[in-house]
Amino acid sequence: MFAAKFEYYKVNSVAEALQTLRAHNGAKLMAGGHSLIPLLKLRLARPAALVDISGILDLQGISVDDTTVHIGPLTTHQTIAASEAVARVCPLMAEVAGEIGDPQVRNRGTIGGNVSHADPASDWPTALTALNAQFVIQGTGALHRRVTRTVAAADFFTGALSTSLGEHEILTEIQVPVMNTAQHSAYAKMAHPATFFSVVSAAVVISMSGNRCTQASVVLGGLAPKPVRAASVEEALIGQDLTADNIAAAAAQVSNDLAGEVMGDIYASAEYRRAVAPVEVKHAIYHAAGLAHS
Amino acid sequence: MTTRIFGSGIRRREDPRLITGKATYTDDIKLPGMVYAAILRSPHAHARIRSIDTSAAAAAPGVLAVYTGADVEGVLKPIPCAWVVPNSDVKQVAYPAIAKDVVRYVGDAVAVVVAEDRYQAEDALELISVDYEVLPAVINPEAALGPNAPQLHADAPKNQAFHWVASGGNVDDAFKSAEVVVKDTIVQQKLIPNAMEPRSAVASWLAPMGELTIWNSTQNPHIVRFITCLVTGVPEHKIRIIAPEVGGGFGSKIAVYPWEMIVAFCAMKLGLPVKWTETRTENYVATTHGRDHIERVELAATRSGKITGLRATVYAGMGAYLSTAGPGIPTILHGLMYSGPYAIPNIRADVYGVFTNSTPVEAYRGAGRPEATFLLERMIDLLAVQLNLDPVEVRRRNLIPKFDNGYDVAIGLKYDSGDYQKALDTALTHTSYNRLRQEQQQLRQHGKYMGIGVVCYCEICGLGPSQVAGAVGFGGGLWESAIVRFYATGKVNVFVGTSPHGQGEETTFAQIIADELGVPVDDVEVVHGDTDLTPMGWGTYGSRTTVVGGAAVALSARKIREKGRLLAAHLLEAAEADVEYADGKFFVRGSPDKSKTIQDIALMANVAWNMPQGMEPGLEATTFYDPPNFTFPFGTHIAVVIVDPDNGHIDLTKYVAVDDCGRQINPMVVEGQIHGGVVQGVGQALWEGAVYDQNGQLLTGSMLDYALPRAHLLPDVETLSTTTPSPHNPLGVKGIGETGTIASTPAVYNAVIDALRHLGVTGLEMPLTPEKVWRAIHQQG
Repeated sequence: MFAAKFEYYKVNSVAEALQTLRAHNGAKLMAGGHSLIPLLKLRLARPAALVDISGILDLQGISVDDTTVHIGPLTTHQTIAASEAVARVCPLMAEVAGEIGDPQVRNRGTIGGNVSHADPASDWPTALTALNAQFVIQGTGALHRRVTRTVAAADFFTGALSTSLGEHEILTEIQVPVMNTAQHSAYAKMAHPATFFSVVSAAVVISMSGNRCTQASVVLGGLAPKPVRAASVEEALIGQDLTADNIAAAAAQVSNDLAGEVMGDIYASAEYRRAVAPVEVKHAIYHAAGLAHS
Repeated sequence: MTTRIFGSGIRRREDPRLITGKATYTDDIKLPGMVYAAILRSPHAHARIRSIDTSAAAAAPGVLAVYTGADVEGVLKPIPCAWVVPNSDVKQVAYPAIAKDVVRYVGDAVAVVVAEDRYQAEDALELISVDYEVLPAVINPEAALGPNAPQLHADAPKNQAFHWVASGGNVDDAFKSAEVVVKDTIVQQKLIPNAMEPRSAVASWLAPMGELTIWNSTQNPHIVRFITCLVTGVPEHKIRIIAPEVGGGFGSKIAVYPWEMIVAFCAMKLGLPVKWTETRTENYVATTHGRDHIERVELAATRSGKITGLRATVYAGMGAYLSTAGPGIPTILHGLMYSGPYAIPNIRADVYGVFTNSTPVEAYRGAGRPEATFLLERMIDLLAVQLNLDPVEVRRRNLIPKFDNGYDVAIGLKYDSGDYQKALDTALTHTSYNRLRQEQQQLRQHGKYMGIGVVCYCEICGLGPSQVAGAVGFGGGLWESAIVRFYATGKVNVFVGTSPHGQGEETTFAQIIADELGVPVDDVEVVHGDTDLTPMGWGTYGSRTTVVGGAAVALSARKIREKGRLLAAHLLEAAEADVEYADGKFFVRGSPDKSKTIQDIALMANVAWNMPQGMEPGLEATTFYDPPNFTFPFGTHIAVVIVDPDNGHIDLTKYVAVDDCGRQINPMVVEGQIHGGVVQGVGQALWEGAVYDQNGQLLTGSMLDYALPRAHLLPDVETLSTTTPSPHNPLGVKGIGETGTIASTPAVYNAVIDALRHLGVTGLEMPLTPEKVWRAIHQQG
């Protein structure tokens, strides 16, 4: 639990961060350090240099306009969980933030650090995919000019511990569409008792007209190396009244969406995770629709 | 008169320093010139060491020395086992401080680096190159005893560390004539204690005086001193062991480990103070584990549910070497408790201690009694299913009737006192048990699985009479001593040989003194955990600190009271026979205004200006207390769970603990011990377990994988008590440190199995993960 030697740079701007990344091969960015420091202490990660971005003020905080919630990547989970603005315009984010880890983790860990680490068992990738979030990334192009690009959540997460972030790039903003009054959301998670990481989780955003589901976004986490959009469940929900039978039938469709790789470990096998995925999907739909459980 | 301090739930005086970060743990000790040790540990569960090359490490920046098994051989004697259970052929295999030829578990020490700072020491560890020939490993204790198992020690054939048998009555006859027999195989999974403070040692060697001081995170500094003397050869009076603040032990800090012996070796070689503190990762493999039994159990009974016999064959994993108290746990502290609170006329325990390629096994909170209680309570629930009786009814038909002073159980122990029925009734009434059963039926009709687990337990603690310790092969005494010293200002120090580390005796021992001698509780300070400051004692484990150590404190107080009375008679110019004591005052009978306070007496005794002829100055007393028997606390715990049939999730919704530890000195401390103990036992039932792969690699080697109990996953633990004083203890107290852990594992387990009873599920392996429960419900193997 003692890190190998590394150089440490504290930077105060995105430009400085990018410059420092370029100057040091194999350098790693550190925000809250909640994913990186354990890896350093176990000597599983041995970067030559750490670039501490936690002091970059431009990357902190939440702002909301008519269409979008803008989240600075250095915003802590706790700040998001406690934000009245987030609770009003994107309650799914507040719900998810409040369920991450424990108070210490929520007070130190940041949303940007979390998504950049892209642990398949963490909660943000699942929720942000369901919310169709956009990730704003800055890098350096020709002649050292700053280049900004925007990536959809579905493209940002590319595998276990893997994202579309380039070696010399930095995540500068997460943009989440504001939810309208017809939209309802919920996050259901079977949590690992040691870490509260998800074993199986489901994020659901549905639009309702009366009791009818008019739109649905259903994404699963914890099962596969990256978030899985449950397109079959979405299709089965849209246009249906949210009755107990219809919800159960739609949730059962999730097996079609899990045709690919499902992970297993000593706590929960792949077979079990597949089998209980519909349960979490069902729980999330019930909560989103404000229905009492059967 | 104000509220009596004995029995008052005053706040623990330990807590302010603990919760404000002001406590001094071993790792906080810093000595001038101190250097740092890091231990290279075997990555293999079983391997031959072909060669070790330490040259690159020795040349690394800041490195002062690198030592291997060859360097310590002959200098450090093997680490001894201190509980050699008689009549069981205990194989005391060599346990070298640093392995030289063969490593026998992941975590075995291979080399030590000493450097100017800890990072340098850790960096240098990576530069040591060891050529291993990997050997096959065995983890399962029953398999290790089998014909084709890899062999750990040449002098322990079949990996058998010992074979111990205890019996009472005639168990084979009981089974021959039994109307009903139920059988089960019970696995007590290996547990990792996870004290919040990992282990740590700082050694300082003063060569000119030949004095060795070790600050050590231990539960029993005097035992450490004794064994350090045996291993290092430094005479006992030249060794000082200091246990500063110790951040939890749960049994894992009883053992005298190779690690502090290595640290002492380094300090003596280099002439510099050396610190070693294990990392959490190291703690998972290098600090002792608990439990690890495979038990084949049979219970015989009549058709009316009267138990007539119990027999068990137990394969108890010892790990790769015998830890300090290892062999005593599955034998004396386990097999002898097979009667529990029940009258069982015929019992046999057949226990094999087995070497496996895993971390050595030691006491872990409850140490043997949780396993015995689980075994008994599991079998009784199976009997209830077999006979289609309510589990409570089966228990009621077998409980030993109330007794105040001695009850002999078939297996040879004499219980001190008990009223098991009353504890059971208290728990049933509090939970409205019959209504719970009705609720269970109703919920079942709606597809909801509620389960109720009931456990009656009786356990052995307050270890124990020294004569018995000798008879059962414990390599030491089990008495305790206490010095009570009054100063001229009326303030009091109590010096004790026990070494509390979270149990609250700094508070409760002060309450004993305040109660016995009428001084304000804040005028009493308890000193413990330093062999140069405190009188001899055998340490804090086996729920013995208050029972045995507290009795020594009380008896010293009573000696002081008597001396004070005689001095008061002299000062009051009264006949000795006419002077009485009450509430901190000595007074002439019939003339309460003619009195001396205990503070007056303390002042006079200390200045000694006017003493009776022949009376020595000072107001101080020492007691060496050897208890006449163990104490046997008991109780009934009830757990209620709701199991979600869709995913196997278990929700522990209610937990009621009725415990009887005799008279309570501080009910809040008692309650705290029960809360902590219950939670730890729930951990075993639902979350915890060391999992190894077939190569002996620990797969649950960190807090990411090994789930410890979390507050938000637990209900309020409702505590109630009955009071049946121990007839032989001077304070009427019994131990309470382990009862929660002893009762809660089977209570929660039985509740979960009860929830699945209508599906024909009779047992599952712990921990009861949602997947196991889901598979049982859906019968998917």
